[in-house]
Amino acid sequence: MLKVDNIDVFYGNIHALKDVSLEVNEGEIVTLIGANGAGKSTLLKTLSGLLKPKKGVVLYQSQQIGGKPAQAIVKNGISHVPEGRRVFSTMSVEENLELGAYLRNDREGIKKDMANVYELFPILGERRKQPSGTLSGGEQQMLAMGRALMAKPKLLLLDEPSMGLAPLIVKKIFEIIKMVNEQGTTVLLVEQNANMALSIANRAYVIETGKIVLSGTAKELQESEQVKAAYLGGL
Amino acid sequence: MEWIQQLVNGISLGSIYALIALGYTMVYGIIKLINFAHGDVFMLGAFIGFYAIARWEIGFFPALIIAMALCAIIGVVIERVAYKRLRNATRIAALITAIGVSLLIENVVIYFRGASPEAYPEVLPETSINILGVNISSISILILAVTIVLMILLQFIVHKTKIGKAMRAVSLDPDAARLMGINVDNTISATFAIGSALAGAAGVIFGVYYTRIEPLMGVLPGLKAFIAAVFGGIGSIPGAMVGGLSLGVVETVVSALGFSLWRDAAAFVILILILILKPSGIFGKNTREKV
Repeated sequence: MLKVDNIDVFYGNIHALKDVSLEVNEGEIVTLIGANGAGKSTLLKTLSGLLKPKKGVVLYQSQQIGGKPAQAIVKNGISHVPEGRRVFSTMSVEENLELGAYLRNDREGIKKDMANVYELFPILGERRKQPSGTLSGGEQQMLAMGRALMAKPKLLLLDEPSMGLAPLIVKKIFEIIKMVNEQGTTVLLVEQNANMALSIANRAYVIETGKIVLSGTAKELQESEQVKAAYLGGL
Repeated sequence: MEWIQQLVNGISLGSIYALIALGYTMVYGIIKLINFAHGDVFMLGAFIGFYAIARWEIGFFPALIIAMALCAIIGVVIERVAYKRLRNATRIAALITAIGVSLLIENVVIYFRGASPEAYPEVLPETSINILGVNISSISILILAVTIVLMILLQFIVHKTKIGKAMRAVSLDPDAARLMGINVDNTISATFAIGSALAGAAGVIFGVYYTRIEPLMGVLPGLKAFIAAVFGGIGSIPGAMVGGLSLGVVETVVSALGFSLWRDAAAFVILILILILKPSGIFGKNTREKV
């Protein structure tokens, strides 16, 4: 479904991604784990069109999308839930969800999908008229995910959904990621919380200072000594 | 009773400030630029309205609509030609450019038609309506009606339409807005179009109310509208409305008290006070500078 081939990306003057290649197949949950500053967010931003690759190809459903503007990529079915949620704080929960469906014109479909989001995250339904800035961190994460789902993505890019959340909420968020995946959305998940990420993923990549250093099935990586030592908190 | 009459005058003047201030505040909200050329768009609106009414002899309302439409186009052209390429430049570079655009517009107008003032034609017979012993001129009522309609329309656009929601989203977080599929460049252009159309309307209203227009007429009302926007909290639409109306009333009251020479000074004293006491303005949020 998505094939990234030898891309180089610069973030200002920093050479953030070097020769990165990665593949996501339809129906999978693929996770990209790595430390702070390894280039995880840069990769997602490149996939969603916020950054342009200097070199290399990004193929999505056999179409070159690398360097295309973000709105074209959203239209093609890739939604990005950014790091730190980035909800529109003074706008209500409902308005945030409406913005998620910005490129859609099917009123009935939008209504239906909004109902689906409220079913997936009942707390958002209760707070639909509330400014999203007043929600808790976990609720904002749910809103950011719901907002991305409103675009009806085929591929969902998630950047650190567990960041700054209590363990119980993290568990809930990951359950929902699995549920969304089971309903047919392919997921590329970027995480520092390697344990959680590997527990729901099919396959995984490890990124270090802009390079993919390891890849395999989630199970393989969970058992790899290298990963255990560096990302799973030792033995 | 005389006081109520002064209040009405103040509100009429304040309506003009408020309409200009809205453009300042919307543009600032979305690209953090104080568009100092905005007062000159107001001037262009006044002249377009003048030519439409006096030369082409179409009525007030068609002239108002033509002035708003042309100013909207002018605003978009200014943004595309002068500001767009500075999106990632320092803020001071954009600010200096804005001042440059302002001087350019003023001098181009002077070059083509000279600096002499023009007398606005009468659009309404000079009558006044007596409401509970207060004489209110028909022009004041017209100004008020037009302003109220435009403000309601603006609130509707900003809160209920797709483009309005996109404008608010871009002003809150441009990158997150991009991820929704919002075309940020078009949204910024739309903001300039709406703000400039309101300034154009203010120009026509100004001409009708004060009957005298000239190429440098935008400088002082532009500055005062800027003060009104800061007073209300720059970036806040209700702030610009309240700020503009309050400034108009304050100026009129200062004049009515017999200090008409101090009228302009009053506006700047307000600016100094607000910058000392509450720099974020009445409706402004205390935003921390993001690094």
